[in-house]
Amino acid sequence: MAKSLAQEFVKGLWDEVPPFRLVLGLCPVLAVTKSVENGIGMGLATTFVLVCSNVLVSSLRKVIPSKVRIACFIVIIATFVTVVELVMQAFAYPLFLKLGIFIPLIVVNCIVLGRSEAFASKNGVFRSLLDGLGIGIGFTLSLIALAAVRELFGSGTLTIWVTPIQIFGPSFKPFTFMIEAPGAFVCLGLMLCVMNFLGKK
Amino acid sequence: MREMIKMVIVLTILSCFSGGLLAYIRNGTQERIDNQVLEFVQGPTIRNIFEGASNDPIVDRFTLKDGDVERTFFVGVLNGEPRGIAFETSGKGYGGDVGLMVGIDIKDKKLLGVGVTTHAETPGMGARAKTDPGFAGQFTGLALDKPFKVTQDGGGINAISGATITSRAVTSAATEAAAIYEKHKAELDQKVTAFKK
Repeated sequence: MAKSLAQEFVKGLWDEVPPFRLVLGLCPVLAVTKSVENGIGMGLATTFVLVCSNVLVSSLRKVIPSKVRIACFIVIIATFVTVVELVMQAFAYPLFLKLGIFIPLIVVNCIVLGRSEAFASKNGVFRSLLDGLGIGIGFTLSLIALAAVRELFGSGTLTIWVTPIQIFGPSFKPFTFMIEAPGAFVCLGLMLCVMNFLGKK
Repeated sequence: MREMIKMVIVLTILSCFSGGLLAYIRNGTQERIDNQVLEFVQGPTIRNIFEGASNDPIVDRFTLKDGDVERTFFVGVLNGEPRGIAFETSGKGYGGDVGLMVGIDIKDKKLLGVGVTTHAETPGMGARAKTDPGFAGQFTGLALDKPFKVTQDGGGINAISGATITSRAVTSAATEAAAIYEKHKAELDQKVTAFKK
């Protein structure tokens, strides 16, 4: 079932969108989606790591011995994650403070390792690039969607970059449950439900 | 055997490459990261202490060896002359070290102000040392010659109710700062006044 190049890219946006279809990488999805800004930051960081590690793994796929492939993948992924961490500290320190431990944790995000193992190690460089980009953007959009719902109801604002934008008037009483951890589960569950319902048709 | 050697070689080369790349990027971003940390962790406190300073105290800084530790000193130009110096000390709090930025007026030998920078105290209790300006405000204008103490210990600082340990951490950090200043007075005074602008 060879797919066209365009399909490799598009599948990450809907058919295999990580948190909702593959239900992978839920730890950052639940933890950082308190505001849209966090979602965008986390999504872009993951996308960068995904694309870079996919390209490198795919171009080295003939050199890496299969017995130590996981170790090699982890070295590659950890390198790019550290690059992201350093760059984010240097250029977006407040965002780094908010995302905190979840940036280094991209190393163990199963989406990244999963794409290396299941896709990049078996496909060409360009296809892997498109795959990484598609999955990464899909992941970012899912984070933004979840974060938008949680932030909108949880604090009545939307934070695209640094300053929160008030959406509701001053009489709005924030539904803080949405910002807390249980709210993340409930919200994700409802969104999964909608996605499955839409996918059935 | 051959496979074994290949595994070792591939992993070694990959790790070396990774190490090299990271070292390179770390070197390139180190200075910016240091500046960002100062700006966002200590910056607000320093600016608060040097309110109305005509320079940027975070840029005008220098380091000095104090025993084994290298301390960073921030210089504040107040009313047209460089007379403020700020640096960080720490005291033992309830949840670990409480970092305190202490500003000293080197001309009048008194405290310009203090502010808690980093801490792990209980929210709502000890954490008020950072959030309640009334507590830190008590230090402003105090002379350096006597050690700072909370009222329970016979001093003049009203402790935060329910957080005596944290309050003691802050007073001991301020006392330590005064001692450090006293120890390196000549050198510090000379360095600060050299910051004429």
